[in-house]
Amino acid sequence: MTYIQLTYGDLILPALLVVMDGALSLVLRLKLERQLAIASVRMVLQLVLVGYVLTFLFAAVSPLWTALAAFIMVLFASHEIVARQKRRLVGFWKYGLGAGCTLLAAGTVTIFSLATELHPQPWYHPRYSLPLLGMILGNTMTGIGLGLDVLTNGLVRERAAVEACLALGGTRYQAVLPVLRDALRSGFMPIINSMAAIGLVSLPGMMTGQILAGIEPIDAVKYQLLIMFLIAGGTGLGTLTAVIGGARLLTDNRHRLRLDRIAAESARL
Amino acid sequence: MLTVSGLKRFHISASFDLQDGECVALQGPSGVGKTLLLRSIADLDPNEGTVKLDGTLRETMPAPVWRKRVTYLAAEPGWWSETVQEHFSGWNDALPLVARLGLPPTCGPWPIQRLSTGERQRLGLVRALMLQSRVLLLDEPTSALDSASAAAVESLIAERILNGTSVLWSTHDNAQASRVGSRVFVMRTDGQIEENRP
Repeated sequence: MTYIQLTYGDLILPALLVVMDGALSLVLRLKLERQLAIASVRMVLQLVLVGYVLTFLFAAVSPLWTALAAFIMVLFASHEIVARQKRRLVGFWKYGLGAGCTLLAAGTVTIFSLATELHPQPWYHPRYSLPLLGMILGNTMTGIGLGLDVLTNGLVRERAAVEACLALGGTRYQAVLPVLRDALRSGFMPIINSMAAIGLVSLPGMMTGQILAGIEPIDAVKYQLLIMFLIAGGTGLGTLTAVIGGARLLTDNRHRLRLDRIAAESARL
Repeated sequence: MLTVSGLKRFHISASFDLQDGECVALQGPSGVGKTLLLRSIADLDPNEGTVKLDGTLRETMPAPVWRKRVTYLAAEPGWWSETVQEHFSGWNDALPLVARLGLPPTCGPWPIQRLSTGERQRLGLVRALMLQSRVLLLDEPTSALDSASAAAVESLIAERILNGTSVLWSTHDNAQASRVGSRVFVMRTDGQIEENRP
């Protein structure tokens, strides 16, 4: 396995391309230069930082540090989920639902793959567990975020229909089922689209990275397939639990629709 | 008999009895809370107080069972499927009622989207009547109807009342209130109800 190593100096020339974007923004008065500068600096800092963190973690191979890193990743993911919601739940479940479901889905699928396919020594080795978790987390997060957004918006919009069903003696499950189906469909859509387009429209970043690192394309493809199956499973599990959990939280045991558990609309995003 | 005592929801508080085969009209200015009261009796909103049907507390049965006996009908009933007949468990059984309210028997496959407000209101009533509930909580059931259709609704409900159904009928129309109600409740702005004997 051979690969062409990069020095920091090798990055100066490509970085000039971003400077060119900034110059374009100035000339054309797009007023993007400030945002562009902040985003570029953030990207560099975050990536270099994560590089050192991973170096430390790979050297330590400690279950405690690995678990802590995984926990922080889940926290950021649940924050992202909440940031993408137009309507949010009130109280603990605002973060709790997204965090719980991402942790459950991404954690289960990651451990499943480590235990059945990759068999690293030890099983929690951060070189395998953290990149896997990261890729699964990113996609699961998207599915959960979309599913919950469609669920809450759908229940607000279809309130009359849901309550008509309840008033006629329907259970809360019967009443929310049409909205629930929409929410699940939306949550599954991105992963289905990316599976259909992969290889034709897009070469996935991980596979490209492995090829650049000198791995035979067909071996990189096998890894990518493993990842895609894991992502599909994680997204399915996460979206399902989040949407069903959300539907339960927005109804109560007397089969009432509880839109009062959605916080007042916020103007963010 | 429906017994409501100490029912509280926000500013509303109500206690009254509704006998079998009795219709009580519920009046009061818009926004005073008539809808809230009807919804609370059907247990569609969180509320306090004891509500019993023939002495049985509603909390002793699952909420869906309660609502099949004590049924709330919204002024603008909601629809969850595409066509009219998908909202009925037995569309053919509903046809006599559909005809009585002046709708064609062919309206089963009609898309909900194309119905007028008045058609929706009448079909919503038919859908609720199919449950054969003991108590009907009607929220301005003729608000979108012309006088002929409103009369058809009134006579249909009157038959149910003769057969022992109890009705709490919210209406803005004073003439309708004294026509259909053997008693009239007026909800005041402080959320209390008082009885006006006609």
